[in-house]
Amino acid sequence: MTTRPYAAARRTLSLVDKLFEINWGLVLLITIIAGIGFAMLYSVAGGAFSPWADKQMIYFAAGFALMIAAALVDIRVWMQFAYPAYAVSLLLVLAVFLVGHSALGAQRWIALGPLELQPSEPMKIALVLALARYLHGLGVDDVSKPLRLMIPLVMIAMPAFLVLKEPNLGTTMILIADGTALLFLAGLSWFWIVPTVTGIAVAVPLAWRFLLHDYQKQRVLTFLNPQSDALGTGWNITQAKIAVGSGGVSGKGFLQGTQSRLNFLPEKHSDFIFTNFAEEFGFVGCIALLILFAVVIGYGMQIAMSARSQFARLLAMGVILNFFFYIMINGAMVMGLIPVVGIPMPLISYGGTAMLAVMFGFGLLLSVHVHRQVEIPRLSAGII
Amino acid sequence: MPLFDRKDKSRYVSFTRRTLMLGAGMTGVFAVLAGRLYQLQIIEGDEYRTEAEDNRVNQRLVAPPRGRIVDRFGIELADNRRNYRVMIVAEQATDGVDAALAALSKVILLPPHQIERVQHDIAVNKKFVPVPVAENLSWEEFARINLHLPYLPGIQPDVGETRAYLYGEELSHLLGYVAAASPDDRKSDNDLLLELPGFRVGKRGIEKEYDRQMRGEGGISRVEVNAYGRIIRELSNEQGTPGEDVYLTIDCQLQRYVNEKLGEESAACAVMDAQNGDVLALTSTPGYDPNLFNIGISETQWKALTDDDHKPLLNKAISGAYPPGSTFKTAMALAAVDNGLADLQVNCTGSMTLGDREFHCWAWKKGGHGHVDLQRGIQVSCDIFFYEVARRLGIDKMSEAARSLGLGVPCGIELPGELGGFIPSRAWKLARFGIPWQQGETLVNGIGQGYVLTTPLQLCMLAARIASGKALLPRVAHEVGAVREPRVVPTALPFSDNAFAAVRAGLNAATNEPGGTAYAWRITEPGFEMAGKTGTAQVRRISKEERLTGVKDNSELPWNLREHALFIAYAPVAAPRYALSIIIEHGALATHPHVQMARDILLFAQQRDPAKLPTAYPTHSADTGKAGRA
Repeated sequence: MTTRPYAAARRTLSLVDKLFEINWGLVLLITIIAGIGFAMLYSVAGGAFSPWADKQMIYFAAGFALMIAAALVDIRVWMQFAYPAYAVSLLLVLAVFLVGHSALGAQRWIALGPLELQPSEPMKIALVLALARYLHGLGVDDVSKPLRLMIPLVMIAMPAFLVLKEPNLGTTMILIADGTALLFLAGLSWFWIVPTVTGIAVAVPLAWRFLLHDYQKQRVLTFLNPQSDALGTGWNITQAKIAVGSGGVSGKGFLQGTQSRLNFLPEKHSDFIFTNFAEEFGFVGCIALLILFAVVIGYGMQIAMSARSQFARLLAMGVILNFFFYIMINGAMVMGLIPVVGIPMPLISYGGTAMLAVMFGFGLLLSVHVHRQVEIPRLSAGII
Repeated sequence: MPLFDRKDKSRYVSFTRRTLMLGAGMTGVFAVLAGRLYQLQIIEGDEYRTEAEDNRVNQRLVAPPRGRIVDRFGIELADNRRNYRVMIVAEQATDGVDAALAALSKVILLPPHQIERVQHDIAVNKKFVPVPVAENLSWEEFARINLHLPYLPGIQPDVGETRAYLYGEELSHLLGYVAAASPDDRKSDNDLLLELPGFRVGKRGIEKEYDRQMRGEGGISRVEVNAYGRIIRELSNEQGTPGEDVYLTIDCQLQRYVNEKLGEESAACAVMDAQNGDVLALTSTPGYDPNLFNIGISETQWKALTDDDHKPLLNKAISGAYPPGSTFKTAMALAAVDNGLADLQVNCTGSMTLGDREFHCWAWKKGGHGHVDLQRGIQVSCDIFFYEVARRLGIDKMSEAARSLGLGVPCGIELPGELGGFIPSRAWKLARFGIPWQQGETLVNGIGQGYVLTTPLQLCMLAARIASGKALLPRVAHEVGAVREPRVVPTALPFSDNAFAAVRAGLNAATNEPGGTAYAWRITEPGFEMAGKTGTAQVRRISKEERLTGVKDNSELPWNLREHALFIAYAPVAAPRYALSIIIEHGALATHPHVQMARDILLFAQQRDPAKLPTAYPTHSADTGKAGRA
């Protein structure tokens, strides 16, 4: 195929070969984005490393190690792990109901000794793994057969339903989006896609408009997202918009943001951290950050398209789409385009579980890149 | 590629196509986000900027109530009470700040220095920050202000909380005080509460030690205000967390009694439970009124405190380091017994010579003590006997013994500013002065003069350790909120039972047998007898000429050249429960007022017996078992 002495083309790669094969440019980009996060956490703490920036750096360091470790593991091993990982993650999500505790009116956390875990974060990665494995075994034509399609739909629906009951609408949306996007990439027929999308697009607004009374709508909104109504005045979103808008073209400057420093913003260190960035670095900074994100996504797509097995391709795209959906939902939320749902800005918002999950996802992406020449027979995946 | 499915190629093509489609979709989403940013930041940016500047919704931090400080029987020592105060908001004073203050001074009394302070505070704060003008107003003054409010633009009456120290001076050093947060406080602590005008932080004593715990967490009240800053409505109110109460081991009654006894002297006294190290009283006189610092101390008051030669701002009990004088002989006697000097006999003629230097016994004028053994040495506090002990032990063993008794390092009591005193060593001397250790210094340090320094708290601990034979550590805080302060289980001290028995016998003889240095001021009530050791710490050096012409009596000297008077004791002799140390600065008089005070205090303590009365600490089910064993 190529005359280049290409290490990845060999059947087995040594650990050193693999280290050289890691896409260090992508790693650098990820580190830069995380660094912006540290700076923002430093800023919202009023110019102090404590209580967030210092811990976030530790989370990132741990995530970094996890990422490199994941990158060095053979892609076929990840394939072997796909279903067990899915099962364990699903059990953890289930465990939230039994032993979890709530924060901000939603039950999302379970305690593992001294650690707190938000099982919906690993669930997203596990779902991508499991779907990629399942779809690896299906040809383009098979995907659209109703019986074959049932299984992945159930695989998506189970965690989505559980997470919705927490309630965590944002993660539910991401799970469904990740899952359907993978089905789409695996070649789901347009005969399924077009009617479904049209149906939903027509039915939801109609139901919202004509079937539900105002108080019911309010109740649905409040149920799906308890924090949105904390003040009954859309406080969060008003303040977030003021923060973003007041940044102007070039921002107020590092550590000069007034909105978050004066505590006008709730959750300023987690879900709403982007508003502080927007306030301090303005339009120019925001566009630069979006470009950084876009380049990471572009890298990811390129990695996906250059992999030789369907599993690897789907896995890479799953990770990248998951990353993208985070950015999309968080960005749209803090800019007041969609209601407030609890989704952090990846790599930037404060949070250990999310950081580890995102970094692990990048580890899988790097693994796809390192092992892009590995070919996996379709049938080796089995039917399930 | 026969190994692979023939459909793989079609899958790859389909995947790539659809990936690119998704890529286009993602680009679209990013374009929408960028567009939204453009709309918010560039098109509407100016609007939002104005909105950010005069954010009409004010978020106010609500100060939580500060935790109380309570003694072992539940008596409140520091509490909060209502504080009627009046604030001024510069940007709302439509006629100007000066006019507003002038108008206000017609309603309540405003001294000029207070007006100056307000003007200064306004200058350093933002214009919308309310600055306190006067606090702790009477209800009448407060009512008057409210009545005249329509004519006082920018003036805001307000009800806050203020710290009240119910026993004022008597517990001033122990409790410390709260005062307005300084810029340094704000720098080292980024709790937003400190930004609140009028917020108080602990500055000394327990208030400082447990400041974070007693402070609590601020609540948040979001209010909508109109253009004049008047509150239209409260949007939400998140309750903060009240500060934790601190439960001390102190017995307020005993503390006050001690304080009363010390009177006007520059003195310090510590009383401790000799079985577990709980400090029952810890005083330093003179004190100061902690309420003054809370309300705002005037310059003259501050100057009076700092200029006083009795140093009312110094907690002498833990931050005063004094030569222990003859009280140190107790430690030397312990070391003597365990180093084969139990049967040492010395003939005291009033002086001894070492090299070309002459060393005197305090009783040299009387011709010395004659034949002295260890018990008598302690009883009559014979310097010659302890010079001999020191000469034979040598500085290394002496220092080791003193250190093993806890001297030379802070006791670790839960109070800021505790000193560790000092125990010299050969290495220190050489490093500090470049001269090797001299044997003469061994002798001088052996009677607690020279380089040796101890704090009154350490001396009280020494008395408790001799009484119990255990390495007790003093402890003043029992519980903070629901958290029990750890009580270290005391280990055994590295001295034999014989040594303790010998020293205790000596101390008993010093107080309860004729000829003892404290015999005249012993406790005579049967069953309450105390055992103790007097001490005098020289402040000046007695010259050879003076010794020849006759050493001046302390009563002939100016106050600040007189010797310090010390006493350590425990009681009752039979089963020691209370240990005490007392020092009166420059108070060494023939009438031994400090021993008299110690006698009264120990008698009072035993008759009241706070160590055996049931305490009023809140019980927590989790640690009742532990408490039972402790």
